[in-house]
Amino acid sequence: MSNPTNLLYAESHEWVRVEGEEAVLGITDHAQHALGDITYVELPAVGDSLAAGQEMGVVESVKAASDLYSPVAGEVIAVNETLNDTPELVNQSPYDQGWMVRVKLAAQPAGLLSAADYEKLCQE
Amino acid sequence: MSETRETPLASWHRDHGAKMAPFAGWDMPIQYEGILAEHNHTRNAASVFDICHMGQFMLEGGGAAEKLARAVTHNLATLKEGKCRYGFLLNEKGGVLDDLIIYRLGADRFFLVVNAACAEGDFAALSARVPGMVTDISPRMGKVDLQGPASIDVLEKLLGQNFHDLGYFCFRECEFRGRPLRVSRTGYTGELGYELYPPRDMTEELWIALLEDERVKPAGLGARDTLRLECGLALYGHELDTEHTPAEAGMDGMLTSTAPYVGHEYARSIKSQVLVAMKLEGRRTVRSGDSVTLPGEAAVIGKVTSGSFAPSLGYAVALAYVDKEYADRDTFALTAGRSSLIAGKTELPFYKNGTARIKF
Repeated sequence: MSNPTNLLYAESHEWVRVEGEEAVLGITDHAQHALGDITYVELPAVGDSLAAGQEMGVVESVKAASDLYSPVAGEVIAVNETLNDTPELVNQSPYDQGWMVRVKLAAQPAGLLSAADYEKLCQE
Repeated sequence: MSETRETPLASWHRDHGAKMAPFAGWDMPIQYEGILAEHNHTRNAASVFDICHMGQFMLEGGGAAEKLARAVTHNLATLKEGKCRYGFLLNEKGGVLDDLIIYRLGADRFFLVVNAACAEGDFAALSARVPGMVTDISPRMGKVDLQGPASIDVLEKLLGQNFHDLGYFCFRECEFRGRPLRVSRTGYTGELGYELYPPRDMTEELWIALLEDERVKPAGLGARDTLRLECGLALYGHELDTEHTPAEAGMDGMLTSTAPYVGHEYARSIKSQVLVAMKLEGRRTVRSGDSVTLPGEAAVIGKVTSGSFAPSLGYAVALAYVDKEYADRDTFALTAGRSSLIAGKTELPFYKNGTARIKF
């Protein structure tokens, strides 16, 4: 799966889709593939305030666990609650049905990578 | 550290997209299409596992039965030819050096299957306890596990013989394409299944022949671990180690040997800790090495030995050694990273619908 070019990417393997003053966050195809079968996702609560780079949750697979970091600053306005019972959506559809968090941006995203630069990072 | 070793199936695994990782000094397949898919396929159909890394010994000679009975916990007095039995090799203090299966091939002829990580130490211990009778045949043997409810049909079709009359923990000497193949009705998944012992140079041919049956898929060590944990089967280095006796691991019921085997004075005693099975409240899991406390208290009273999301159950489970004075508590707190998860004591096996002991 190639990384969509309309998204921004963090070095910690989260993606960001900016929609006006809001942004949707998830983890990349590279990240879900490296983790393997995802069995549990812990997300922040609606109303939580996140700083860019702040830890915001946990993703667990059968063999590994990985912290989630918010690539942007903002307030959580929605989380993907379907991941509570069907975390495998992150494996199956990391950029769409496996989305994780929607935030109201406190600042424009900064320091993130383009799809091309992120792909380079993954190949290193 | 010596170089990582490869099984005769290593190139096959790489050619078929396996994720490989070192395990007990061997480069082993962890998964092919994915741990959950392989786990579920084993519970529902049949899977083959490359288990060529495990050690295989022959032990034979005049008086072998009597001498071996003093070396291991297995009750050889009641072990008939054609049957195999699970048990332990202990140190003088009753600590577990390894868990192993012993096959009785004859009055004074035995076949032993031991863990890869322990094989060298086992060979040394057995050679000291039963001098001049042990041979390490691992270099010329392979091992393929065929596991899952469909395994009996797959095996009958492949070998052209009936296996409905082969009972649990029984074995038979068979032939595959003109060469010897030992088949035992044993396994490590909780499902009906067989462990197959071909000559090492025939392992790949057997593996490919098994996979020609469309009901069979390859499964890696990742699924093997979730399958065994759901059934509460111990893994050496986790639930079993030299610090704990078989009784502490909850296995005193199988210590029926009356022979004065090494460690017998301590094997049935609970010195400090007891293995406790725990069910967590949700999908979030703990891992080997995480701490056990009582809810709301800080004092560490134990350590998780294995923990995982249990795919066939939909929640996480764990095994943990808990200080004996707390082992009868109903509820524990387990640390997972910075959070603390509540776990309730439960009985083994976690997963109760396994087909391993099915009677025909």
